[in-house]
Amino acid sequence: MNIGEAGITALVGYAVVFSGLLVLMLIICCMGAFFRSREVKVAEKKATSNDPVPTATQPLPVPTETQSEKPLAKGSAGRIKLYDVPDKEAAMIMAIVADTMKKPINELHFISIKEVKK
Amino acid sequence: MDILETLKTLALDSGFAGFFSVEGLKNLVMIFISFALLYGGIKKKFEPLLLVGIAFGCLLVNISNFFSGGESSPDALYHPELWDAFLDHDSEFYHSYGNIMANGGLLDILYIGVKSGLYPSLIFLGVGAMTDFGPLLANPKSLLLGAAAQMGVFLAFFGAVCLGFSGNEAASIGIIGGADGPTAIFLTTRLAPHLLGPIAIAAYSYMALIPMIQPPLMRMLTTEKERKVVMTQNRMVSKTEKIIFPILVAVVVILLLPSTAPLIGCLMLGNLWKECGVTERLSDTVQNALMNIVTVFLGISVGATTVASRFLTWETLKIVLLGLTAFCFSTIGGLLVGKIMYKLSGGKINPLIGSAGVSAVPMAARVSQDEGRKANPTNFLLMHAMGPNVAGVIGSAIAAGFLLAVFK
Repeated sequence: MNIGEAGITALVGYAVVFSGLLVLMLIICCMGAFFRSREVKVAEKKATSNDPVPTATQPLPVPTETQSEKPLAKGSAGRIKLYDVPDKEAAMIMAIVADTMKKPINELHFISIKEVKK
Repeated sequence: MDILETLKTLALDSGFAGFFSVEGLKNLVMIFISFALLYGGIKKKFEPLLLVGIAFGCLLVNISNFFSGGESSPDALYHPELWDAFLDHDSEFYHSYGNIMANGGLLDILYIGVKSGLYPSLIFLGVGAMTDFGPLLANPKSLLLGAAAQMGVFLAFFGAVCLGFSGNEAASIGIIGGADGPTAIFLTTRLAPHLLGPIAIAAYSYMALIPMIQPPLMRMLTTEKERKVVMTQNRMVSKTEKIIFPILVAVVVILLLPSTAPLIGCLMLGNLWKECGVTERLSDTVQNALMNIVTVFLGISVGATTVASRFLTWETLKIVLLGLTAFCFSTIGGLLVGKIMYKLSGGKINPLIGSAGVSAVPMAARVSQDEGRKANPTNFLLMHAMGPNVAGVIGSAIAAGFLLAVFK
């Protein structure tokens, strides 16, 4: 293979990778848009079928602590209160904090995690 | 029975006697290289799961393999000449696994899994089951960063041709820039199996050195202001989207490039097992037990290809240098497209996530996170960088598929 052919192959290859992933991107964008519009429709449907609740009286976010009935594990530092934060993200945040502080996660006590909305 | 004669035969048959020849000295050099790799894997924790196995494979093959008259010892664990015959069109043993099974050593038999492409594909099955494509689905633009970060693959390919490598060899060297070990092994066994040892070692060593290779380039190519950008939280991705995604990618990518089927097919099957929610047992097995078993076989059999007489050449040195170039340019490619996206988005995208487009998961994403936090301690780029990172896995598989389609 000469240098000219190699240059052309490299350019075509890079273009193929870009176009392949571009096609995937467009498909994922369409899929995402479809699912978001479906979610909006479902939410609207729910809102119209339920009694209207005035927004002013909406309660503040409550912690998603649903397993309060279960006994605590031995050696546990207690429960963590999560405000609008999914379990997975909370686990990730705790892992990042432990890693940053260079402390084992079982030596840290997290009281609550709350999403800051701007 | 002549005891002296017996002792003399034992001494001459021993590996120590083998060191007193030029080939034997090369083996000695390789034994020291294996010690250095073991040190890097164990003490410095450079990709230890694979590097320790590769290093020990290298040690075993060079202790047991002393050439005399162009043939390796019958006691050797790995016989390169058997594999030469396997690849030689004119040989009676062309593509004869039977010859390998009958005459090969332990590592020859394990190497069949590498040669047939079995181990890299099974590793991809496990990688798929361990990967969360959520960040990519939440921000599909990440795919462009994954594509951009394949720049090193094609630049190193071009560089390798300029340095006198054949097209097949150059393609195998270039794929080091994809920063994806199984893909590099998969492509090399198909296009240039004689270069597998140096390419695998270069790929895994550079993947382990990402925290040292990438940060200087990231600081050089981005401004303080760009590094400080805090990205907004990604949207939540529904379970249905996560289930449809692997099926969709498999269909689109394999239709586009059928040669990617073993890698993309396994990656997406593993991911589907993870996401569909009804195959937890399978997902757990491929993530843990199967992945560990294949890692054991892959490491030791790739290490076996580092026979001194084949490894200690100027080609190896060129491969190591080209591999480093590939890694650097892949990082640069991702960062440059990251900067373009920063401009186009009006400063909403932190260009540091571009460097995560090289597919070393999750090391490259962690480097983006660390650099982002150095510029702005309140910055959490990890989840944003995971998008380009997993896109890089797909991108490098597509790059490998393209090179395989051109040079097979």
